[in-house]
Amino acid sequence: MGNDVLLEIKNMKKSFNDLEVLKDISLTVRRGEVISVIGPSGSGKSTLLRCATLLEKMDEGSLKYLDSYAADMVDGRIKYAPKSELKKIRNYFGLVFQNFNLFPHYSVLRNITEAPIHTEHIPERIAVAKARELLKDLGLSDKENAYPFELSGGQQQRVSIARALAKSPEVLFFDEPTSALDPELTGEVLRVIRKLASQKMTMIIVTHEMQFAREVSDRIIFMENGVIEVEGTPDELFNSQHGRLNEFLGRLKE
Amino acid sequence: MSVEIFALTLLFSLPLGLLVSFGRMSRIKPVRYLVNFYISIMRGTPLMLQLIVVYFAPYYVFGKTINGFRFPAVIIAFSINYAAYFAEIYRGGIESMPKGQYEAAEVLGFNRFQTFFKIIFPQVIKRILPAVTNETITLVKDTSLAFVLAEVEMFTMAKQIAAKDASIMPLMVAGLFYYVFNALVAMVMDRFEKKLSYYR
Repeated sequence: MGNDVLLEIKNMKKSFNDLEVLKDISLTVRRGEVISVIGPSGSGKSTLLRCATLLEKMDEGSLKYLDSYAADMVDGRIKYAPKSELKKIRNYFGLVFQNFNLFPHYSVLRNITEAPIHTEHIPERIAVAKARELLKDLGLSDKENAYPFELSGGQQQRVSIARALAKSPEVLFFDEPTSALDPELTGEVLRVIRKLASQKMTMIIVTHEMQFAREVSDRIIFMENGVIEVEGTPDELFNSQHGRLNEFLGRLKE
Repeated sequence: MSVEIFALTLLFSLPLGLLVSFGRMSRIKPVRYLVNFYISIMRGTPLMLQLIVVYFAPYYVFGKTINGFRFPAVIIAFSINYAAYFAEIYRGGIESMPKGQYEAAEVLGFNRFQTFFKIIFPQVIKRILPAVTNETITLVKDTSLAFVLAEVEMFTMAKQIAAKDASIMPLMVAGLFYYVFNALVAMVMDRFEKKLSYYR
């Protein structure tokens, strides 16, 4: 049963100076689950993602991928795993950024193959073959030699999804993947995420696209002021009587 | 001789400047302060004085002069002076890099060394090229300062001939040489910039 759980966060706390951004977050993610995280800006959803992807160090709590603890409490103090262990853990997840963060000086193909070749020491031939396959899946076959600046925002975001997938992560995080896109370009990115969901890719998606979250998620988490206020299936959430959740959803409809 | 000073100074000061910029951005306070002090001296005092100080340093440190130290002294003084300027150019470039590039590299599993040399530095070079061209052109003209250590360089030679012949023509010719050489430098750097314009 244990290996069914890909990610386990317990009592995660994080403050910036005196501001408590995450107050006590616990979250368990099982293989194949798609979880959307929604909530007003400043609710801590991005910080949750950044702590889970080791871009930010949490102050308290534990973080476990499969059977490996990235961080755990030891004698009441947080202790992060040694570098080599964290390196291994980084291979368990991928992150798609709001602003893509592609490497502008590399071609599309090299953006995708550089990490597998140089951090996982996968032979170039294999990495390239896999990258081409991913590009084909994402409808970007003709773009492998293009540079990021030559692509539209939607195409760039799809390349960055391919880049994250190239490392064969167990779980994929999305940090508002469509927020930097023109409205007419969000569709192509959402389609890709939908396709990944149908392939049972485990995903955690911070998003403002409520309709999309409703349709693609197994579970939705509503965060506010650093705590998970409501958690449930899309139907449960959208029919919830929770005051602030309704207020939040109402604001979005305006 | 001027060309040698130019070439050797570039050769040493460009890598040294990168090292200095690391020191300038170091998380270790004493290192940062020390490097800040070094840069302030290099930028705050005349290069001519620095040339003299470097040349006489062995005398004050070891109590004796070293034979044939003139030329090395020129190269050392020029290199540490230009390294200070280049360091600030590197720092500007490095600090202008968006945080997202570091974060993307980190999540993808690149270590710090790979992140810097594969992801950050190539982009920094593109950003700082115009500023480096400026410094390089200044360096061409600064080589004339080597005269204070009685190193034979072009402009002083021209001055001597001008004095002898009571004509400014030799100086104008020297000026033309600087101009042509710098035009060459600008051309080479421009080609570099074009080569890096394959991405934005």
